[in-house]
Amino acid sequence: MNEGGLVLLAILLTSLIPGLVIFFLAETSVRLRTAINLAGALLKLLLLLWVMYRVGQGDIYELRWPFLPGIDLVLRADYLAVFFGTLSAVLWLLTTLYAVGYLEGSPHRSRFFGFFSLCVFSTTGIALAGNLPTFFVFYELLTLTTYPLVVHRGTAEAFRAGRVYLVYTLGGGVVLLLGVVWLTVLAGPADFAHPAGLEAVYAQQPITLALMFALLVAGLGVKAALFPLHGWLPVAMVAPAPVSALLHAVAVVKAGAFGVVRVVYDVFGVDLLDRLELGLPLALWAAVTILYGSLMALRQDDLKRRLAYSTVSQVSYIVLGVALLGPLATAGGLVHLVHQGLMKITLFLCAGNFSEVLSVKKVSQMAGIGQRMPWSMAAFSLAALGMVGLPPLVGFYSKWYLGLGALESSYPAFVLVLLASSLLNAAYFLPILYTAWFVAPRADVPRPSQSGGETSWMLLLPPLATSLLVLGMGLLADAPFSPLVWARRFAQGEYDP
Amino acid sequence: MSELPWIVWAVLIPLAGAVLAFLWPAQGARVALLVWLGTGVAVLGLSLQLIQSGVQRYAVGGWHPPLGISLHADGLSTLMLLLTALVFGPIMLYALAYFKNPAHPFWALSLFLWTALNALFVSGDVFNVYVSLELLGLSAVALTALGGQARALVAAYRYLLASLLGSLVYLLGVGLLYAEYATLDLQTLGRVISLDPASAVALALMTTGLLLKTALFPLHFWLPPAHASATAPVSALLSGLVVKGSLYLLLRLWLEVFPTEATSGLLLGLLGAGAVFWGSLYALRARELKPLIAYSTVAQLGYPFLAFPMLGAGGEVVVVYFVLSHAFAKAAMFLAAGSVLLAFGHDRLSELRGLLQSLPLSVAAFALAGTSLMGLPPSGGFVAKWLLLQASIAAGQWLWAVVALLGGLLSAGYVFRILTRAIADPKQPAQPKAAFPMVELVALALAIVSVLLGFLALPVLRLLEVGR
Amino acid sequence: MSTLLYLLAGVGLVAMGLHALFVHTHLLRQVLALNILSTGVFLLFIAWGSRSPADHADPVAQALVLTGIVVAVSATALALALAVRIKQTTGKSSLSDEADV
Repeated sequence: MNEGGLVLLAILLTSLIPGLVIFFLAETSVRLRTAINLAGALLKLLLLLWVMYRVGQGDIYELRWPFLPGIDLVLRADYLAVFFGTLSAVLWLLTTLYAVGYLEGSPHRSRFFGFFSLCVFSTTGIALAGNLPTFFVFYELLTLTTYPLVVHRGTAEAFRAGRVYLVYTLGGGVVLLLGVVWLTVLAGPADFAHPAGLEAVYAQQPITLALMFALLVAGLGVKAALFPLHGWLPVAMVAPAPVSALLHAVAVVKAGAFGVVRVVYDVFGVDLLDRLELGLPLALWAAVTILYGSLMALRQDDLKRRLAYSTVSQVSYIVLGVALLGPLATAGGLVHLVHQGLMKITLFLCAGNFSEVLSVKKVSQMAGIGQRMPWSMAAFSLAALGMVGLPPLVGFYSKWYLGLGALESSYPAFVLVLLASSLLNAAYFLPILYTAWFVAPRADVPRPSQSGGETSWMLLLPPLATSLLVLGMGLLADAPFSPLVWARRFAQGEYDP
Repeated sequence: MSELPWIVWAVLIPLAGAVLAFLWPAQGARVALLVWLGTGVAVLGLSLQLIQSGVQRYAVGGWHPPLGISLHADGLSTLMLLLTALVFGPIMLYALAYFKNPAHPFWALSLFLWTALNALFVSGDVFNVYVSLELLGLSAVALTALGGQARALVAAYRYLLASLLGSLVYLLGVGLLYAEYATLDLQTLGRVISLDPASAVALALMTTGLLLKTALFPLHFWLPPAHASATAPVSALLSGLVVKGSLYLLLRLWLEVFPTEATSGLLLGLLGAGAVFWGSLYALRARELKPLIAYSTVAQLGYPFLAFPMLGAGGEVVVVYFVLSHAFAKAAMFLAAGSVLLAFGHDRLSELRGLLQSLPLSVAAFALAGTSLMGLPPSGGFVAKWLLLQASIAAGQWLWAVVALLGGLLSAGYVFRILTRAIADPKQPAQPKAAFPMVELVALALAIVSVLLGFLALPVLRLLEVGR
Repeated sequence: MSTLLYLLAGVGLVAMGLHALFVHTHLLRQVLALNILSTGVFLLFIAWGSRSPADHADPVAQALVLTGIVVAVSATALALALAVRIKQTTGKSSLSDEADV
């Protein structure tokens, strides 16, 4: 085992070991638990930054374990892996801090944080997976480890949501598995780094190849919440706020979207998909989901449900960018993986604060909330404006590159989808901002009780930090190591080798 | 060391232990643990011999077949011997804490059971196989009856009838084969056999008899009551190992003895599919933990048969991996169910809310073993399912892949029936009668092995290839 | 000729045993049915053994039957012991339709 492989293993262990240890801690040992959690999260982040630096220098980090004859389980840090891995590490750190504050005094915290860490373990594995079998292993592990978080509240409603979640995700897993094994049988096992000889299959049975692509994308589409496979996402909103935040920003939906990215670039390859003419159907599917999600979001009064449908719509931006099969659209879609994560996690954490402090759960109750909780609302506003696409916030860059990519592609009409969706984004976010800031507070909404601040610092710091990133990464979009630069570099690598 | 006939010791040590424990019941537990040690060494020695010098043969007392008894161990036999030793040990530790009685008849009977299993795995001829099968059936029935209540006695009696009927039908087939080919040796038979009507009838009879003993749908009627009403360590032995004995034999016969044109296996595959659906549906409806797990066994026994149509084309590996992972996972589940019974005196699913707080290690065992039963990664069950999908796609027989995938979803249904109740908050927290760390840890250890099997496919498959 | 007689008798016993096993619910009758069934199987073995070309009967078949009888006796003993325990515990001596599990 080489040194690089050990580093990758260590990155996985920084969340696996805390997760397992925390299960055995007593409910009351809050400090120890928090310390283990944060230490693991920080260590993981540092290791990932180191790997990111070294991969930027051209080093190869790889770890293999023989799984079946001819098939290895592979971890490998390439551009995409580091990109997604770092995102999850940063957001995990912040969400952990938030969750510690959010769940203060509530029951079953050891269980919660144990599975929380295991969930990040799975997400990191998804990021670092070096071939489809490995990806699948972590993808299914993610289903199993998020289930206890979804039903964490233990109410009948939570268990109903959990059942819906399982039916969708396990069903998707079955379809994905069929696709993965079929591909392995036909084309042999292949790493993402060295895509398989699908050319031979293409020459003989192009229809089969298209069918396999459909199976893979449909299986991944469940977690990526592509319409009509998104049914679990709004229901899963019963989970505690930090879980919703993580589910929407990095863990589950992104695992699906990231899988689509892998399948398009590292399994089939742009060239082959172009010849199979599969880009357009996928792009159309994404476009339908974008519009559907936005329209549904417009109709929700429940804040978390509105955000959930917004996720349905926004994650499909990533799929659309990938499906347009051009360098600019790729950069836009890929960078949206990070940008959407930052914005959506801010929105969910703030929504959690509103419901926690003021018991405000519906948009119609948000009148004047900006005066009651100015910091949370400021963060919320920044993220919401980013979602709409206001420059210089990060959302603008995603949409800009996606738009350019659409114009440059064979199907410039998709730029209309982007425009329509942006209008819809504005239509469902701006009224919230208006009511929150400019309408007088309702008498029945209580004032926050603390004299010091609107709520505890642990609940406030994470959304403020992510909202600053929404602004900062927008301002520094061209700086080295900014997500946009990485996404562009990846896209260049894919399109002009 | 390497000249010792370990293959003989693998049968003799448990036999001697069984007789000893029978004559001297007060020392039963001690004898059993010594047997575990001794047999473990013998099986390891045999494995080393196998790896170094290939297939092992031994003619007992220098008498050669047909009158003498010849022993024969290839990779498949050795793997089954290893599996048996690995599952038996933890179950014995569990039984020590469960019965709290070193003089319990469990010890002698379970050692007879072990003797029968090991004899079966190293038997080289079809008649010795019959004798081993009978010893296996009789000791399994006696163990089932140890439960003592009316339910267990009736279940044991039915089990006995089914088992004897199965053996006699098998024996009838053996007689027909002997009448025609005048040999009982498995390998010789495999060389000379041809597909004439008499042989075809013989094969059908032998297969039917063994299917009855393996409890493949629709011949499974005797299994759920027997496995559900036996005491927990016995249920673990029955579901984990005993049904695998006749399954092993079916695999060997179909793979090595029966002519290939007779063995398209389509019917067995269809019955396997029936088992997967039937067993799962009943497991989804069960009201108590142990019946749920017993019906899950009915369902899980269907999966290896899905691979019978692909024997010779990768199917045999699938069968073996399902057998391995199910043995560990199911033993773990029955033992964990036993912990629940010990702690609360009942295993009604409706009253298991809050189990996670009272017996966290047992719930972990259910979860990990359940992962393997569902065929989700990383686990032995996942490897088995992957191999099955791979074999059936490569052979163009999609039906089996689809059945296995749907069956996985159904098993998720019944596994999560346990888990959701376990993590729900109880209305009134139930207090366990006492703490059973040893008992719970053993079940957890077996469950962990069923998960680790997901990473050990290569060495297992390599061992399996010896003599093939 | 006598071989055919044995064969027919064997087949007849097997058929009777099977029939009785499925029809009767009384514990003792079921044990008897199994015994008749196994006797039929043994008789068939003897009949097949005598078909071997030599003028004497095949010793292997006889040895097999001997072993088979020993096994059958122990199985019968276990079955009877169980039947007695069932009668003692439940007061019933036949298996009527109990609900499964």
